[in-house]
Amino acid sequence: MNAPDRAGLGNAFEAAATGTLSGAPIERVEDERFLTGAGRFTDDVRFEGMGHAAILRSTHAHARIRRIDCTAARALPGVMLVATAADIAQANKPIPIRLAPLPGLDRFLQPTIAADEVRYVGEPVAIVVASSRYVAEDALDLIEVDYDEGPAVASITQSASNATLVHAAVGTNVATQYPVERGDVDRAFAGAPYTRRERFRCHRHTGAPMETRGLVAEWNGSLMRVWGATKVPFFNRGLLASFFDLPETAVDMIETDIGGGFGIRGEFYPEDFLVPWASMQLGRPVKWIEDRREHLMAANHARETECELEIAMNLDGTIRGLRGRVMADLGAYVRTGGGVAVSRLAQYLPGPYRISDFGCEVMALVTNKTPVGTMRGPGRYEANYFRERLLDLACGDLGLDPVAVREMNLIARHEMPWPIGRLVPTEGEGAYDVGDFHSGLHKALSAIGYDRLPRDGALIDGWLHGVGVACFVESSGGGKSENARIVARTDGSFDIYSGVSTMGQGHETVFAQIAGDELGAPISAFRVHHGSTAHVDYGWGTFHSRAIVVGGSAVKLAAAQMREQLDALAAAGHRGPPAEDIEVKLRYDTKGPTYSYGTHVAHVAVDPETARVKVLAYVALEDVGRVMNPLLAHGQAVGGAVQGIGATFLDELRYDENAQLLSGSYADYLMATSTEAPAVQAVLLEESPSPSNPLGAKGAGEGGIVATAGALANAVGNALAAWRLPLTSLPLSLDNLARALREARSAAAVPGQDH
Amino acid sequence: MNPSREITLRVNGNTVRAVCETRTTLLDFLRDHAGLTGTHAGCEHGVCGACTVQLDGASVRACLLFAAQVGEGQITTVEGLAPPGAMTDLQQAFRRHHALQCGFCTPGMLMTADALLRETPHPDEAAVRAALSGNLCRCTGYQPIIEAVLDCAEARGARS
Repeated sequence: MNAPDRAGLGNAFEAAATGTLSGAPIERVEDERFLTGAGRFTDDVRFEGMGHAAILRSTHAHARIRRIDCTAARALPGVMLVATAADIAQANKPIPIRLAPLPGLDRFLQPTIAADEVRYVGEPVAIVVASSRYVAEDALDLIEVDYDEGPAVASITQSASNATLVHAAVGTNVATQYPVERGDVDRAFAGAPYTRRERFRCHRHTGAPMETRGLVAEWNGSLMRVWGATKVPFFNRGLLASFFDLPETAVDMIETDIGGGFGIRGEFYPEDFLVPWASMQLGRPVKWIEDRREHLMAANHARETECELEIAMNLDGTIRGLRGRVMADLGAYVRTGGGVAVSRLAQYLPGPYRISDFGCEVMALVTNKTPVGTMRGPGRYEANYFRERLLDLACGDLGLDPVAVREMNLIARHEMPWPIGRLVPTEGEGAYDVGDFHSGLHKALSAIGYDRLPRDGALIDGWLHGVGVACFVESSGGGKSENARIVARTDGSFDIYSGVSTMGQGHETVFAQIAGDELGAPISAFRVHHGSTAHVDYGWGTFHSRAIVVGGSAVKLAAAQMREQLDALAAAGHRGPPAEDIEVKLRYDTKGPTYSYGTHVAHVAVDPETARVKVLAYVALEDVGRVMNPLLAHGQAVGGAVQGIGATFLDELRYDENAQLLSGSYADYLMATSTEAPAVQAVLLEESPSPSNPLGAKGAGEGGIVATAGALANAVGNALAAWRLPLTSLPLSLDNLARALREARSAAAVPGQDH
Repeated sequence: MNPSREITLRVNGNTVRAVCETRTTLLDFLRDHAGLTGTHAGCEHGVCGACTVQLDGASVRACLLFAAQVGEGQITTVEGLAPPGAMTDLQQAFRRHHALQCGFCTPGMLMTADALLRETPHPDEAAVRAALSGNLCRCTGYQPIIEAVLDCAEARGARS
C-alpha cells in the first residue's frame, strides 16, 4: 500500500501502511525499559534529603484509643516527624465516595487517620517520617498506644444482627439496602413447576499487585507534586487539593510506571492525604512505600459476599425467573468505590440469559475488617459464580444437559439491544448493545473439544474427570468522556497525551497503533504520555476497561483531526515536517457502556482421595468487539483467567472470630505460581463490534476473570457428580473440597440416606 | 544510631563502596547505594522473587541477604545482563512472547531464568515451571514467560 506523505516523514512512512497497525500483534514499545531494569516505578523516584514515611497501624479490630505516647519515637535520632490525629487539622475530614454513591453509604466514610477509635486491623493511627525507612520503622516500635479493646464484628451474619455496632453513632451496620427488580418476579415464580434456592458465599480476596502502593510527595511552598498516581489521577488531584483548600492547579499528580493495579490500586486512600500532609509540614519531599504486610491489611480488599439465590424453571429448562438477596461485607468503612461491586453484582445476576423477571434485595454491611474496593471484574466474578453454579445444580435436579439449557436461555443476537432495566439505583435504564452469545458458547465448546472430553466423573487412572461451562456478559467503557491531545513536532514525530492512566496494559503501544493508522505514520513516530495531570485538561483515568474504548476513541478522533490539518498543509504545497508545532485537542464523550461477553469452559480432574484438582484444559472466550493488538489482548485474557483460577482455588484473606487478619503475608495469602497456573487458551472474537464508539472496541481487560469461578465450580461438581456436592462456597481450596467430600461420604454411610 | 560500616561489593563487574547501616539488606544496598533500581521489593520476606539477583551465577533473594554477608561474591542484577542499549536473547524472547505486562516482576524472572538456562540449557516445560515457581507474577498468568524461556533455550540449542 502507498501511504501519503502527510507529515513529510519520508521513508519512515513506508513502514506503515494506512490502517494496518491496529489489529496487528505488534511488540510493545514499553518493554525495553522494563526488561533492562530502566522502568521508573514509584520507589525509584528519589530526591536528595527526602524523608521516609512509615505508618503505625491498629493491631486491634475494634478498640477505643485511650492514649498515644510518641515521646520516645520523637526522641529517636533521625526522626523528623511523628503525627497522630491530634496533630492533623484534617484528621476528621472523611474521604468521599468516587463511584456508586448508594443510599446510606456516606454515613460510613473513612477519616484520614483514626482519632479516638479504630475499626479494623491496619487502620492508620500515626505517621512517622525519618531519615530512612529503617529508622522510621524503629520509631513505629517506640510509639505506645493504649487501646481499650471492644467487641468486633467479624462476619456478615454477625453484622446483620446489629448486636455489636461498628459505628455506634450511626446506629446500624447496614450501610445500604435497596430492592431492584425488572418484570414481575413474583408472577414468574407463582406456579413454577421447579424452583431451587441456594445460599452462596464468595470469599474475601484482593488484587495484590506485585508493586505495593506508594507515593512520593513534594511541597515547594506553592505546588504539591505527587508521584505514584494511577487509575484516577485527576479525581485524586481534586480531592487532595480540597483537603488543603488549594486550587486544583496547585496540585500535580505524576504517573510513574505502575506494577499492576487490578482495581485496588490508585484509589484515594488515607495515605494519599497523610504523605502529602507530612511533606507540607516538613517542607521536604516525603516517600512512603507500603510493605507487603501493610498491603494485605490496608489496601482495598474485595469480593466477600453472601447471596441467597432462587431460580424458577420449567421442566424443559426454560428459566422463568430469578430472585435473591445479596449481602456484601464492606469492611469497616465505605471507601471511594465501596458500593461498586455489590451494585454490579445485583445487576449481573441475570447475566446473558433471557430472564425478563428478576428481583434482588441488595444489602451492604460494615464489619471490623479492612474496607473493600473494586477488584478486576467487580461484582461480575461473584454474580457469575452464583448464577452459573445454580444453573448446573438445577440441571442436575431436572436431568437436563447444562449446555442445552444455556443454549435455550441465552439471549439471541436478533433480540439485541436487550433491555436490562434499571438494576443500579445510581444509574438509568440500560441495554446489552450487541452480541451473539450463542456463537460465543459454541466456539468455546469447539475450542476445548468439548464433545471428546471425558466428563461426568469418568474415572481415568484414579482421577475423576469433569467439564464445566459458564457464560457471561460484562460492561466496559465507563467514565463519561476522555481527552486526547496530539502535537505534531517539527522533526516529524508526534506526542500523544491522554487522560487515561496505565498499570501495565500496554496503552503506549496501542495508542500509537491507533494514531499511526490515522496519520499513516509508524509506531516509532509516536511518544505516548498518559496519567499525569499536566498532560490534558482533565482525564477520567483507567477503570471499567475504559482505556481503549473511551481513551482510544479520543486518540483516534484527535489523530483524524490532525490528519486533516496535515493534509491541508500538504494541499497547500508544504513538504516535510510542519514548520512549527501543530496541536489538536479533543474531548470524546461516550454514548454509555458497551458489553463484551463470552464463555469459559474448564476441564478438570479430581483425585477423590485427596480432593486435589488439576485443571487440564481451560478456554476463556470473549468477544471484545475489536482486537486492537492480539498479542496484548491475549495477554489480558490469559492473565485475567489465571488470576481468577488462582483466586478460585487459593487466594483468601482470612480472619478469626475477633476479626484479626490471619493472612498478612505471602506465606499465608496464596496466589497461583507457575506450577499451579494451568495452560489457558484465550479465544478472542470480533463478531460484534461495539456500535457505541468509533473503534468498535469493547473492554478487554476484565472478561478473562469473570467466569472463572463459575466454570471451575461446575467442572469440579461435574467430576464429583456421584456425591452431588453443592459447591456453593468459595474458595475451592484443598481443605474445603476435602471437607465437602468427607461430609458427603459420611452422609452416604448413614442408612436411609441416598446421598 | 544504629551501627554503620563501609561495605564494598562487586556488582555487574564494578566495585561499589558505601557506608551504610550494618543491617542494610542487599536489596536496599543495590537500590539505594548502587543506584540499581531494576531490582524490586515485592514482599521483603523471600516469597515473591521480585528482588532476585545472581550471586556468583546462582539466583538469590536480595531481600533475604544482608549486604555485609555477600563478601567477595559477584553480584549480577538485571542491569548487568546485557551492555547498555542491548538486550540478551532471553530479554528479546520475553518481548516477543509478551511475557511482561506491568514489568515489576520481570527483572526477577529474568535473573531466575538466566541462571536456570546456564545450569540447564535444555529444560522441559516442567523444569521451567519448577524453576520459576518462586517468582510471582500477577499479570501474565506465567504462560508467555514459560514460552519465552523455552523458546530462548531452543534457539540457543539450534545455534550451538
